[in-house]
Amino acid sequence: MSTTTTNEPATVYTPSADALGAVLAREARPPRAGAWSASLTFGWRAILKIKHVPEQLFDVTAFPIIMTLMFTYLFGGALAGSTREYLQFLLPGIMVTSVVMITMYTGVGLNTDIEKGVFDRFRTLPVWRPAALVGMIFGDVLRYVLAATTIMVVGLVLGFRPGGGVIGVLAGIGLLVVFSFAFSWIWTMFGLFLRSEKSVMGVSMLVLFPLTFLSNVFVDPGTMPGWLQGFVEVNPITHVVAAVRALMAGDWDTGETMWVLAASAVLLLVFGPLTMRLYNRKGAR
Amino acid sequence: MSAPAIETSGLVKTFGDNRAVDGVDLTVPHGTVYGLLGPNGAGKTTLVRVLATLLRPDGGQARVFGRDVVREADAVRSRVSLTGQYASVDEDLTGTENLVLLARLLGHGKRAARDRAAQLLEAFGLTDAAGRQVKKYSGGMRRRIDIAASILNTPDLLFLDEPTTGLDPRSRNQVWDIIRVVVAHGTTVLLTTQYLDEADRLAGRIAVIDHGKVIAEGTPGSLKASIGSGTVHVRLRDAAQRPEAERLLTTVLGTSVQAGTDPVALTARAGSADSERGAAEHASRALAALADAGILVDDFSLGQPSLDEVFLALTDRKPEAVA
Ligand SMILES: Nc1ncnc2c1ncn2[C@@H]1O[C@H](COP(=O)(O)OP(=O)(O)OP(=O)(O)O)[C@@H](O)[C@H]1O
Ligand SMILES: [Mg+2]
Repeated sequence: MSTTTTNEPATVYTPSADALGAVLAREARPPRAGAWSASLTFGWRAILKIKHVPEQLFDVTAFPIIMTLMFTYLFGGALAGSTREYLQFLLPGIMVTSVVMITMYTGVGLNTDIEKGVFDRFRTLPVWRPAALVGMIFGDVLRYVLAATTIMVVGLVLGFRPGGGVIGVLAGIGLLVVFSFAFSWIWTMFGLFLRSEKSVMGVSMLVLFPLTFLSNVFVDPGTMPGWLQGFVEVNPITHVVAAVRALMAGDWDTGETMWVLAASAVLLLVFGPLTMRLYNRKGAR
Repeated sequence: MSAPAIETSGLVKTFGDNRAVDGVDLTVPHGTVYGLLGPNGAGKTTLVRVLATLLRPDGGQARVFGRDVVREADAVRSRVSLTGQYASVDEDLTGTENLVLLARLLGHGKRAARDRAAQLLEAFGLTDAAGRQVKKYSGGMRRRIDIAASILNTPDLLFLDEPTTGLDPRSRNQVWDIIRVVVAHGTTVLLTTQYLDEADRLAGRIAVIDHGKVIAEGTPGSLKASIGSGTVHVRLRDAAQRPEAERLLTTVLGTSVQAGTDPVALTARAGSADSERGAAEHASRALAALADAGILVDDFSLGQPSLDEVFLALTDRKPEAVA
């Protein structure tokens, strides 16, 4: 009798009315968790998930390293005469590209996570509704920081010498993370809107490839045909790269920085509410 | 505490042109287990999700402790708790992590959350598994952590959606015991199930639902009385004696006897709209009659009507999805 399942402890559990009664006693309830504290708790959940499945950090470390090495050596000689020289131009851009590409995993992760029964429980808790999603993105922000750091380390090893020093680099990474946090809300929206993980991936690629490549990441837009320059100039990635590049080089560009902060605010204000609308309506199962 | 725990009128929820909940009127009193009985696809989960503020109804009204589930969803959420049909904790996290996470979300401080988690794990016999990921738990342990997670703050109303489906008899008994204690401490429980037997043991009242409609409602006793009191199952030693046994049972029980594909088995309703006592008397007389006629019986039992039979009696048709 006592060995029907391997996972069951050797002693059979018998519910005890006393022990259960003790946990059921109606004690004074704690005050509700605030919005910020609930979001942080959900962020902790994201970190726990990374702890249990550390392989998922592969895409935020290996992928950026490969991107950096690949483009430095692929284009370095041809475009700037030497890889080292090209790296001074490329590194901030490749960092933006990699981190912005990683934001799509927010949508993919949400799409699979939301189907699980535990989200029904989250949605019946008396907490600030967006907390579950904000917390999830907090977890992702950690991944963005990790990816950016990885690239910076690889860059420094290869010979990247930022004129802005430590402060410039930190400011650049900070601005990039702020933008990526706001940008992630596009993917939470798609993650809720689209049916499968695959379609979220598909849409993300469709958006991200043109955005990152048709920009000032790899080459000076001055070399491009006029119509393309037009697109590159309105591409938000171009502005993020310009701002981050400037910060890291030590010549702070207020205009571009403000542009990026304003764009982040707009993304958040548009896609945040859209996401929440879908999240509240989601009648899974 | 004047308003009933749950009160719905004309509640409707549709998915496209599928009316999953189709005009449900329910009143669930305080402090009891209310059973929602129905086959696959009857609309049980949909109804529970509407009441738990997860789905917006398309018509009618639903109130939980007097609060509207749409307009006052937040007030409802602070008094209810849901144990969904499918895993309702995070399978990637450990037992402790799950409970601490939820306790923190409910406003407990770090320390208090840890203490509360440990206390619950102990009461649910999960202390040994506390540090293991829930996906590595057995079915019974999972259900227990699901329920433990639902009473982190003792709710006034607990939704249990098919809490014992797929459990072995021992685990099922454990869940039943837990439910009894929960109700004894003043929590109202809305329990969905596919088993009449389970509703009968736990529930003070039962609503039978099918195709989104309540087709019968009442106490287990009145429900059973209205659909007949039970079924006699007989297994004979010798298949050759079956025709004679069939004739005898028909006379004694006064109902039609089914001879199925198994050559030694016979099944018959023990009286039509009789009381349970009447069924027992009928069954004893039937057994005596078989013995007098020298028919050897390997197995003789008086069972409760199965959900199958309940449906047959209530709708005059077979429910598609019930075995
Ligand atoms: N999200 C959804 N989208 C579309 N149809 C749905 C959805 N959820 C449920 N349904 C449909 O609504 C009907 C009722 O389903 P529901 O899950 O409520 O039944 P149930 O009684 O809980 O069944 P079970 O015993 O299998 O859990 C079914 O026909 C089902 O296909
Ligand atoms: Mg169901």
